[in-house]
Amino acid sequence: MTASTGIPKRVEQVLTTHRRGFLKSAGLLVVSFATGAGPFTEADAQTGGATQGAGPYPDPDFRQLDSWIVIHENNTATFYVGKTDCGQGTGTSFRQLMSDELDIAFDRTACIMGSTDNTVDQGGSGGSTAMERDSWPMRRAAAEARRVLLEMGSVRLEAPVDQLAVGNAVITVKADPSRRVTYGELIAGKKFNVTLTGANVNAVTGAAKVKAVQDLKYTGQSPQRYDIPAKVDGSLKWAVDVNLPGMVHARNVKPPFAGAKLTGIDESSVRNMPGFVKVVTKGNYLAVVCEREEQAIRAARQLKATWEKPATAPFPASEDLFQYMRAATPTSASNPIVVGSPDAAFSGAAKIIEAEYETPFQGHTAIAGAHATADPSNGQMTIYSNDMKSYGMRNGVAAFLGMPREKVRVVWMEGPQGYGRTAADDAGCEAAWIAREIGRPVRVQWMRDEETAWDTKGPAFLVKMRGGLDANGRLVAYDYNARSCDYNHVGYNEADTVLIAQLMGSRRTKPAAGSSATPSDMYAIPNRRMVGEVVGLPMAWETPLRTGNLRDPNGPQSTFAAESFIDELAAAAKADPLDFRLKMLTADADDNGFRRARSIAALKAVAETYGWDARPSPKPIGNANILTGRGIAYSFRGQTVVAQIAEVEVNRQTGHVWAKRLACAHDCGLVVNPQSLRRTVECAMLHGLSRAIHEEVRFDTEKITSVDWLSHPTLRHADVPERIDVVLVNGDPNPNRPDLPPYGAGEAALKPMLAAIANAVYDATGVRIRRVPFRDARVLAALKAARV
Amino acid sequence: MSNITLKVNGSTHTLDIEPATPLLYILRNDLGLRGPRFGCGLGQCGACTVIVNGAAVRSCIVPASSVKSEITTLEGLSSHGRLHPLQQAWIDEQVPQCGFCQNGQIMTAKAMLDKNPHPTDAQIRESMNATLCRCMTYYGIQAAIKRAAKVIADARPASGKEVAA
Repeated sequence: MTASTGIPKRVEQVLTTHRRGFLKSAGLLVVSFATGAGPFTEADAQTGGATQGAGPYPDPDFRQLDSWIVIHENNTATFYVGKTDCGQGTGTSFRQLMSDELDIAFDRTACIMGSTDNTVDQGGSGGSTAMERDSWPMRRAAAEARRVLLEMGSVRLEAPVDQLAVGNAVITVKADPSRRVTYGELIAGKKFNVTLTGANVNAVTGAAKVKAVQDLKYTGQSPQRYDIPAKVDGSLKWAVDVNLPGMVHARNVKPPFAGAKLTGIDESSVRNMPGFVKVVTKGNYLAVVCEREEQAIRAARQLKATWEKPATAPFPASEDLFQYMRAATPTSASNPIVVGSPDAAFSGAAKIIEAEYETPFQGHTAIAGAHATADPSNGQMTIYSNDMKSYGMRNGVAAFLGMPREKVRVVWMEGPQGYGRTAADDAGCEAAWIAREIGRPVRVQWMRDEETAWDTKGPAFLVKMRGGLDANGRLVAYDYNARSCDYNHVGYNEADTVLIAQLMGSRRTKPAAGSSATPSDMYAIPNRRMVGEVVGLPMAWETPLRTGNLRDPNGPQSTFAAESFIDELAAAAKADPLDFRLKMLTADADDNGFRRARSIAALKAVAETYGWDARPSPKPIGNANILTGRGIAYSFRGQTVVAQIAEVEVNRQTGHVWAKRLACAHDCGLVVNPQSLRRTVECAMLHGLSRAIHEEVRFDTEKITSVDWLSHPTLRHADVPERIDVVLVNGDPNPNRPDLPPYGAGEAALKPMLAAIANAVYDATGVRIRRVPFRDARVLAALKAARV
Repeated sequence: MSNITLKVNGSTHTLDIEPATPLLYILRNDLGLRGPRFGCGLGQCGACTVIVNGAAVRSCIVPASSVKSEITTLEGLSSHGRLHPLQQAWIDEQVPQCGFCQNGQIMTAKAMLDKNPHPTDAQIRESMNATLCRCMTYYGIQAAIKRAAKVIADARPASGKEVAA
């Protein structure tokens, strides 16, 4: 053991602050951590530029136990994890799992997340991998800490390990509980100095084994999220609240037309404005810097610049998008997945159904625009950011500025919703570049119109489907062909694809191919062909139609098509939509029994929860103005299965669709915190509902025309269902197995919702809407065309 | 630039400021408040909401010099170290996801409950409809408002005399 003076400088600061927090708030330990991002960001933000740590900023070593866990002398523990929390409460869940493995009371622990020089690189957030992948090394590290502490306790208490008991961070001799020692007494302000093994951070392990699921005490309970109190009393310091001495404010001036070339700047138009600092520009990137925030906003609006339109239109207008996609030559195509002999099966089918489904570009449109603060003092660069992939941002900023990595760090703090937008949030690289240009700390914040128009977009999808039924109404042939408009899909703050780099002229020779998903159900369809193609728009660079990851990047679009079409086939077969699905889940042709068993369990659970009335769709339509119906849809994401039912009311006079009731059966394996999982699932379902009935990025042939909350509608309070039921299912064939793993939870819950709504609208009206979103005008036009 | 005086959460501040500056930037950048936040700058989303004269006001579009009455921000809702029943209900119901919009949700709900302590479901939806959440926490918010309304009603003396919530 070495004394705490050997702890790296930054970590030591964390510990000092931490201990103080613990001592100050004895008895109210959780409160001292309610500041979310953690005391170290407070300290950093408050001390700011002049005293910025001199660096170099270390990469915490994932093979050192001390990088993961610090035991304090007062018998509390702090967990350091390389993740960020986009609002789903993952930090609380990590604490539950690690408290269980360490054998310490949950309320005597804290969790520090996602800052590049204090926490190991687990990649930040993305792909709903928090529990599924990243909780494992945390659990193994905590289990190893417990094992090491038991060994230390054995020496101190002069008793073999197998004669010791441990609970609540206290080790006792079983035969004589008066002989006891606490973890804090054993560590006594020192470090573990234990080296773990593992080829990479995901494989990190010590000698100890993790506990059986049945032995986890806090896991499966619902302690309240530690980040929430500070989010409701106004005390949380968000990334956007960082205010450094000498800090100035910048606002971007975006090209007024996609692909426009900046040909002139009239600086005199803003030079005499109050607080003016500088116009910064390179290539087509342009920003204005002022002393105060409102001054920068005004100056960015007033700055006169001349822009030249591109010679050819960058993209078709949004109403012509699908026509364009149909005619376009794919930039890439996946190898077809073929099962059986689809062509022969179609030839022999009694009935063939064909349909096309369209999902437009949908934006993240976070509640606030991208933002970051950069501090360039002492030849270093610190970025205060809510980027969900803070580690990637560090690498991106270093490469973009040509700075050594060890001189760059990213301090993660809370911010508006991630869902993929902050995996490539743009503002970090912009703030860093401007800070270096002007030699002062600077905060960059995107405005509403800028964020809505220029954030990354979920790709538009055009899916052609064909299905063949035999004489008994059985689905015997199936063809799925998807085209996504996803060419040049952006990465995670890559130095050559981040928007500021694009605007400055960076062009990667080989843009990212993009992707086009195939459906993820477990139906046993004997003859099946699935292929995904990608198409590009005429302008691939500097475009506001940049595609990026949006909450389950392709799933909602592909599942809208696949699960709507299954409903169409069920209707053609005059079968109950649930029964039609279950019948295709009983065969075992291409399944190991595991996923299919869980599919069946989820579908049955949601049907029971809702009170499903078995009958074919559509329902007979009466004379009422309000038509009601229910629809079901299901899908997998990774190993997580989700089945959902929507009940809708459709207003015949206005075309308005209201989802009156939603139900969901969700099986993500081991559930760590049921209450926060339910909220996450419920919110993901409503995000799906918003995308089903409201959301579409609109554009003309020059620019995005969806620029605010009027031109880009979103779900509102009045749209919210009267009732939402979320049932957590454990459909594992061996539900009590001690190694039941957790699977990704959040994104999966959004995936089937668009189809569930579409199927419910069909059930209510007999009209199939194959184009998202189901806004009033579109639904009304469809009802009129069908004379409903 | 000119001196303007603002009374915020019981304290008085005099600042030398351009009078047309939207209130939001002064609350955040000069007074260091973290409750009100920039969401749209257009008065469309509600993230910047503060309470003035009992009304929920969108501070991103209100010139600071036009505000003569006391301003209450999210930080000013608790009293004597006790959270407002709405804030407590937000914790009890575990409402937020990212939490960025919740200032607007809580402050708008506060202004509504002060005027109408027993709102129907339809009134809650209507009163809250212009306050946006992109994490879609609406269902939890509506449950929390109902919970807080009950707590406030239960705490009210039988005489019907109003107590400060």
